[in-house]
Amino acid sequence: MDFLSASIVDGLLLGFVYGVAAMGLTLIWGVMNVINLAHGPIIALGMFGVYLIFTALGLNPYIGIVLVALLGLLLGVLIYYVAVHRVINAPHLSTLLATYSVNMMIIGVGTAVFSTSPRNVDFSLGSVELGPITLLGSRAVAAVAAVLVTGALYIFLYRTRPGRYIRAVANNRDAAELMGVPSTRILALSFGLGTMLAAIAGGLIATFFPFTILAGGVYELKSFVISVLGGLGNPIGALFGGLILGVLEGIIPTFMPTTWVPVLEFVLFVLILLVRPSGIFGAKK
Amino acid sequence: MNGLRKYSGLILAIVVVLALVAWPTINGKDITREVVFTMILSVALASSLNILLGYTGYVSFGHVVFFGLGGYVGFYLMAVQNWSLWPAMLAGGVASGTLAFFLGKAILRLRGGYFALATIGVNEAVRAFINNYKPFGGPVGLSLNFSVYQNYGGGAREALWLSFYMLAALTILVIIVSYAVRTSKFGLGLLAIREDEDAAEIMGVRAPNAKTWAYVLSAIFPGILGVLFFFKNGNIEPAPAFRLQLSIEMIVMVMLGGQGTVLGPILGGAGYQRFRGFLLTNPLFKNIQLAVAGFLLLIIVLFIPAGIIGWVRNRFPKLRRVLQ
Repeated sequence: MDFLSASIVDGLLLGFVYGVAAMGLTLIWGVMNVINLAHGPIIALGMFGVYLIFTALGLNPYIGIVLVALLGLLLGVLIYYVAVHRVINAPHLSTLLATYSVNMMIIGVGTAVFSTSPRNVDFSLGSVELGPITLLGSRAVAAVAAVLVTGALYIFLYRTRPGRYIRAVANNRDAAELMGVPSTRILALSFGLGTMLAAIAGGLIATFFPFTILAGGVYELKSFVISVLGGLGNPIGALFGGLILGVLEGIIPTFMPTTWVPVLEFVLFVLILLVRPSGIFGAKK
Repeated sequence: MNGLRKYSGLILAIVVVLALVAWPTINGKDITREVVFTMILSVALASSLNILLGYTGYVSFGHVVFFGLGGYVGFYLMAVQNWSLWPAMLAGGVASGTLAFFLGKAILRLRGGYFALATIGVNEAVRAFINNYKPFGGPVGLSLNFSVYQNYGGGAREALWLSFYMLAALTILVIIVSYAVRTSKFGLGLLAIREDEDAAEIMGVRAPNAKTWAYVLSAIFPGILGVLFFFKNGNIEPAPAFRLQLSIEMIVMVMLGGQGTVLGPILGGAGYQRFRGFLLTNPLFKNIQLAVAGFLLLIIVLFIPAGIIGWVRNRFPKLRRVLQ
């Protein structure tokens, strides 16, 4: 029982971070119906950003994450204008391939610069013992950071003017344009926010797991699963999807070999797509 | 003469493949054979994907699942049950076709991005399952006893040449099927689904059936090719068998040549592999070959979305009869 509660807590803490990564993917999907296949490499760039700031400048990784978030936002806006804007109204295949080409460029340059050898941010916050549960400091801080990011995103989307514009464009781009919303700039901003969230998640993961430039791929696939769990296009649902996935990853290994976790995850993923494409929390169509 | 003109699109496509096959046959070098093997394997995979992607417009992002699953089923029969290559290839094709049939019934209801995501999920689920499936060797996979190759013409070298010609024959078969589908009533139904699925259904196309059969057709050949590829390879493991990257490369080849045309995937597949080989061996691009390929992909997606053949067809309408 102690073992079970320990792995649930572990899973929950990780789940918050997974949730932030998935939020980025699902926000972009919700606003412009684009599946961002460069999501994984951007997560990896977030990891390397924090790593470089920590090792080269000696700054605290959490300050590094703020910088990385800003760079992630700018990178996303750039990617939008260069690769996505021209094909935003084209069939799905075009946007999938356009974002995939960005994936190839980042991975291509990344492997040339950083090679594929594993790195880690040599940084520890110690741990706290709570009865049978050992809380790793860096994971607990990451979970708190994830909640803060989600709260900030919520306030941004629901309480500020650009956030309302984003929701209007997501709801109906043509109508929003007729109301005077500068839709191109809002789309670029949304793409930037999506990549920013991915970069933040990468930065948080880097504080407790080792990584390579290819490490983002795993989290990209997890983000797909989580986005579908929480309802594609629903950023707040993504956080809950992340928690569900985290808990599943904590519980399943207690009664099955760990290698079965991805099997169950992806079967669940396909089933939810088939039965409830709007996600567990989404409204019934 | 009339017949020749009528089939000129098909004949041109086959001539291109035959010319590729003739290259190592004439110079007899093993290295050329390997280069051309990768090229025509890509041609065959791209042409089979084109039946679904190009004609029907459904983006299967995890098409490699059929290549891997077929390969695994066939390889298991050869390595463990001591089957010969031919029935194993057939079994691989049947396994992939069956999976596509049942999968198609379920996931072809999804449209656009949802379908693409589901196919990725299916590939990952199958890959993770095979990683755990003991009869297929789990994470270490299976390998063939070297002596097996003696049954195919004497030695390993003969077996490699045999695989090469077998692949060539299969590739031509895929192209004939692709051409037959495109020029048939069934194919017209698929093209109608691509343009507007709801309108097609109102006009009498039985979309769910047609889509499922297009999916099955486009899955059978990758299954057969998977068996042949891993037979030649000598071993099979989950990671290379279900490499998502290969799926995406297949889509790139179809896009590059021109989706929805018979000749497009042939030029796209051969051209893509040739170009990749150039980048990988060129000292200037060797380290950043992926980035260069990505950049060119972006240029094509943004500026030539119809692919090479599509662009030529739009530019020179007179060539449309030949370039199908």
